[in-house]
Amino acid sequence: MIKRILTTGNEAIGHGAIYAGCRHFFGYPITPQNQCTEFFAREFPKMGGVFVQSESETASINMVYGAAAAGVRAMTSTASVGFSLMQEGISHIAMAELPCVVVNVQRGGPGMGTTQTAQMDYLQVTKGGGHGGYRNIVLAPASVQECFDFIQLAFYLADKYRNLVLALSDGIIAEMAESIELRTLEFDPLPEKDWALKGKAHKGGRRDFISCSNLLTRPTRDGLKVLGDKFHEIEANEVRYENYMTEDANFILVAYGSSARISKEAVDIARSEGFKVGLIRPITLWPFPYKPIRDLTHGKKFLVVEDGLEQMIEDVRCATEGKSEVYFLGGTARHLPGPGGMIFPDRVIEEVKKLI
Amino acid sequence: MKEEERGKIKVYGRPRLKKALPLMYCPGCHYGIITSLIAEVIEEMGIEGDTIGVSSVGCTFITTQYFDLDFIDSAHGRSPAVATGIKHAHFGKPIVFTIQGDGDLAAIGMGCIINAINRFEKITTIFLNNANYGTTGGQLAPTTLLGQKTTTTPDGRDPKTAGFPIHIAEFLSNLKGVAYSARCAVNTPANYNRAKKALKNAFQKQIDGVGYSIVEFLSACPGSWKLTASEAMKRIAEDMIPEYPLGEFKNVERII
Repeated sequence: MIKRILTTGNEAIGHGAIYAGCRHFFGYPITPQNQCTEFFAREFPKMGGVFVQSESETASINMVYGAAAAGVRAMTSTASVGFSLMQEGISHIAMAELPCVVVNVQRGGPGMGTTQTAQMDYLQVTKGGGHGGYRNIVLAPASVQECFDFIQLAFYLADKYRNLVLALSDGIIAEMAESIELRTLEFDPLPEKDWALKGKAHKGGRRDFISCSNLLTRPTRDGLKVLGDKFHEIEANEVRYENYMTEDANFILVAYGSSARISKEAVDIARSEGFKVGLIRPITLWPFPYKPIRDLTHGKKFLVVEDGLEQMIEDVRCATEGKSEVYFLGGTARHLPGPGGMIFPDRVIEEVKKLI
Repeated sequence: MKEEERGKIKVYGRPRLKKALPLMYCPGCHYGIITSLIAEVIEEMGIEGDTIGVSSVGCTFITTQYFDLDFIDSAHGRSPAVATGIKHAHFGKPIVFTIQGDGDLAAIGMGCIINAINRFEKITTIFLNNANYGTTGGQLAPTTLLGQKTTTTPDGRDPKTAGFPIHIAEFLSNLKGVAYSARCAVNTPANYNRAKKALKNAFQKQIDGVGYSIVEFLSACPGSWKLTASEAMKRIAEDMIPEYPLGEFKNVERII
């Protein structure tokens, strides 16, 4: 029997974590992700799971580091400002190669910015954020169902590659409610976590050492190769994206998350008026779908729709290799001057008509 | 000693849980002695199979290689949070300890340890106070003595510009979540034996689920103090202990 519920993006993350078998959540309050942390505080203790409210996002990410090292599926969630505080821990997780899941519900920035929706963390989440040039897999849900599904996918990918996986939501996706299907997603079998810290008595007396440094575990050059090879493998295998009406299109929108939903509606309206407009929606922001975009460049124009300042446009320009014009529609196209402003489909269409 | 016991009683040797590696510490550093002491205590308490260690940045990071125990290192000052994650991951079962220097615990990580204690975590923290940042070459630490010359207080620590030595064992003992807090030294055999008892008490508090436990060690750092090993040992007795008195500051059977 199919089980359906009406829920929000923030709570769907919690349901997804339960279906992924995660029972350890460490978090700190911050808007607009509070319903997510509150979901875990309410639901995990009932099912024998662990909820710990930390004193800061710095502490949350280090608790996730410890729990993941102990071999369990552990996660945290935060919003932009708190995500910045986590960068130190995330860099250490990258070096220690621990499978962790982090949710970032984006709000306006920089600085304290606003408490309401925005898409302003793209470069931070895709290009590192902390020191050392590591990569996190970044999944960008554009619906409440995807919030649920992508947390399961995130835990699978984290365990598969021993890498941090980030779900990048935003204030709109987080707060809106949709009907979703609760289902356990099927994935390939995963390797045993035989490296996990459990105490020697629980693994035949063998001692394990997990390190966020190359100093004592392996030569520096070997460490670079291990991480570099892994990142290349992920780039080769894990690119995910959605093509919407791009086949005959001569004008392509590129957008992720809430902006992708708005852009999709804009495509439908533009098509009904006879304009050949399509959409590419990157689902993984890293690895970015460079090739699918490059394959579409011939004779087309691109418009990046992103609710903030120019960020993803850098990757789209990189993908098009200068063969197409790439334009941008961002936060200055919102319908209101205050923090509650949004980019609506008619504004996207207006821009398309101007540029096409 | 009875005739039949001769040759059978171990009077000296390397603890079984301390691996036979070359000494990576500076000559005269107390970290080696303290590492041996921790290994001895865990061995004698029979808890090695369930014990997980968490080290931090600096010379405590080197200790990870000596222990034949599950171990992890962590970002500067964050080991109480990492230990929290490990302890909860296994639903409170393992015995988890952090090993932290004075810059790590008392400067960058002060908020982390205070909040771990205040969350009522059942963890043991071994705090190594050598009154300076040893690994980075001897800079001012929160624990640096007044008048002590460091590379960032070249004329000696002046409270007007660099503040005061902080007394961690006393300070943290004021928090409700602390079950045990003591300060020890390893500069004499008597102090070594007292330290051993204190460390056993600290682990026992965790095993019994009473609360957080802390053992502060005064540790010589001749390399960065620019002293010989014997001069550094003398400084422990003459300068460090008068500022940082040894003893127990809290030892309770029950908190809640």
